[in-house]
Amino acid sequence: MRIALFVTCLADGLFPNSAIATVELLERLGHEVVFPEHQTCCGQMHVNTGYQREAVALVRHHVEVFEDAACDAVVAPSGSCVGSVRHQHAMVARRAGDEALAQRAEAVAARTYELSELLVDVLGVRDVGAYYPHTVTYHPTCHSLRMLRVGDKPLQLLRHVRGLTLVELPMAESCCGFGGTFAIKNVDTSTAILEDKMAAILGTGAQVCTAGDSSCLMHIGGGLSRIGSAVRTVHLAEILASR
Amino acid sequence: MSNLRGDEPFPRAARKALADTQMRRNVGHATRSIRTKRLAAVAECPDWEELRLAGSTLKDDVLARLPELLEQLERNVTAHGGVVHWARDADEANRIVTGLIRATGAQEVVKVKSMATQEIGLNEHLKAEGIAAIETDLAELIVQLGNDWPSHILVPAIHRNRAEIREIFLREMPDVGPLGDEPRELAMAARTYLRRKFLSARVAVSGANFGVAETGTLAVVESEGNGRMCLTLPETLVTVMGIEKVVPRFADLAVFMQLLPRSSTAERMNPYTSMWTGVHPGDGPQEFHLVLLDNGRTRVLADPVGRDALKCIRCSACLNVCPVYERTGGHAYGSVYPGPIGAILSPQLTGIRGHHDPNASLPFASSLCGACFDVCPVRIDIPSILVHLRAELVDAERGGLPTGQDLAMKAAAWVMRSPRRFSMAEKAATPGRLLANADHRITALPWPGSKWTAARDLPEPPRLTFRQWWARTHEGRR
Repeated sequence: MRIALFVTCLADGLFPNSAIATVELLERLGHEVVFPEHQTCCGQMHVNTGYQREAVALVRHHVEVFEDAACDAVVAPSGSCVGSVRHQHAMVARRAGDEALAQRAEAVAARTYELSELLVDVLGVRDVGAYYPHTVTYHPTCHSLRMLRVGDKPLQLLRHVRGLTLVELPMAESCCGFGGTFAIKNVDTSTAILEDKMAAILGTGAQVCTAGDSSCLMHIGGGLSRIGSAVRTVHLAEILASR
Repeated sequence: MSNLRGDEPFPRAARKALADTQMRRNVGHATRSIRTKRLAAVAECPDWEELRLAGSTLKDDVLARLPELLEQLERNVTAHGGVVHWARDADEANRIVTGLIRATGAQEVVKVKSMATQEIGLNEHLKAEGIAAIETDLAELIVQLGNDWPSHILVPAIHRNRAEIREIFLREMPDVGPLGDEPRELAMAARTYLRRKFLSARVAVSGANFGVAETGTLAVVESEGNGRMCLTLPETLVTVMGIEKVVPRFADLAVFMQLLPRSSTAERMNPYTSMWTGVHPGDGPQEFHLVLLDNGRTRVLADPVGRDALKCIRCSACLNVCPVYERTGGHAYGSVYPGPIGAILSPQLTGIRGHHDPNASLPFASSLCGACFDVCPVRIDIPSILVHLRAELVDAERGGLPTGQDLAMKAAAWVMRSPRRFSMAEKAATPGRLLANADHRITALPWPGSKWTAARDLPEPPRLTFRQWWARTHEGRR
């Protein structure tokens, strides 16, 4: 299969290992990965902060880049950015009165997948041949869980990783408190939510906390780092690419 | 006056609330407990999703035909001996209710728990007019006796624990006698106190969960039976109902009476459901007044996206699952409607007077985690409405002096809509490595990044962006 990588701006600039792992994993599974180099950002931050007008140009750019990409599917190592493509792009276009763009955005969204969706639903694999000898707990990020409904697909993938001990995260479905600009605008509330998430993670005794979103991991990892915890945050793609 | 707007923006009010560790423990414990019970109660219904869809569809129909349904309700209430009054806003509703009570000569009224009367500040208004309004719902009584504000739609005293409630009762109930803090003892003390009020009251004031257009029937859904005392014992009953509470047919209640108890109190069946249609000689109140309250609702109805907030049946399920509400409690929202539903309802009901309006901060008081939408029995897509209201707020401020946030967002959009500029910006971030400590963490950033690093580190930017890695590893291949 020919798969276009929608790297997401956060992974591109700050967490490239999750994107590199996505490429290496898909290539190892025998697929061709292409990277449309003109891609930038899905515009989620703008939409969620109220700047929908500014987001229109970003949506248009994203649609142009990915409708031109010669590929069977588009994949992103982020539930949140795929959520934006699937649930916000057409809405932003319609709000701006651009029905044609909305329909093009829907067509792009229809072939855009979060990594665990692509692996389990489209490629039909659960055992990706990974080896990761660590104790791991999984945080199902809000947008993967409630916007994309990825369900237990990431857990199915993790259960097939050799050497990996999976421990259940209590109150896993609760938010980590990130929420994009919420983490800045409502810093005290965001931090209070994060404290409970960190306590739940530390209570599992896991060495690693994983998730399908670099943004939530940045928040959780930033908090764990601040309190001097040795627990690391590692993107799901990096675990699945490990051998 | 309305109790729909606080004095300060949410982040500031939340900071104070978060410092109250006792409140956080009480609310955290209570919401976690209700949340777990609700999940079990909903799991028992194989047709739960169909029920939600039915509830949502019925409410869509109500909003589409509101004027016609309200007039039908008015005709049927009138035909059965009730009197219907129309109130544009809180002041008008308060004036009408005060006039009706005055006409009976009563100095004291008993009240059924009601969000509409909380919303319009009826108790405060009546007090100023020399009329005592006694809350008879146990939790509302605790709030009233404690000179406090409700912090939850359904469980207004959720921020209190039983030791605090005992203190309030000892202080405020004149002849309560020795009292422990066992729930049964507290309930018995309230019962003794309230019985006297029920038996002497000549006027009751209530809200309504539903008003049936085709029959003129009003319905109140409660758990204690205290509401029923008020609805049946006094001679005069005054009901204040938000105009969105009308439903077309009596049979529609079958849907809502399944959705509401399981969503709100995790009960299979509601304990006390009182319904009445007009007046009946020798049975119940002999005089019945229905006050239909707008107070901003038609403004909400005019927004095709935001109007879904009017579908709310006040179950509170969204409060109990909200990560924000769970930590801040309800007072930080500044309105009688806290939590996710309050964040979309309060600012729409009041309208927003510029970005300094405390209610302008409410649509941002959410991480958009989506838990509220999942539990909403009438499928209100709260996260999408929050995002919509954020855009409305930003758009309303356009044309004025741009804020720091405006400039940052516009600059980011300018960079991100150009691949060349985006790539340059990424390269420019690499020197950010210089901000990192020896252990590769960034622990302090200048404002506004300082808000992030207040409690969270950032990793140093990588040596190579993904794009640069791709160019090195893949470009030669093509």
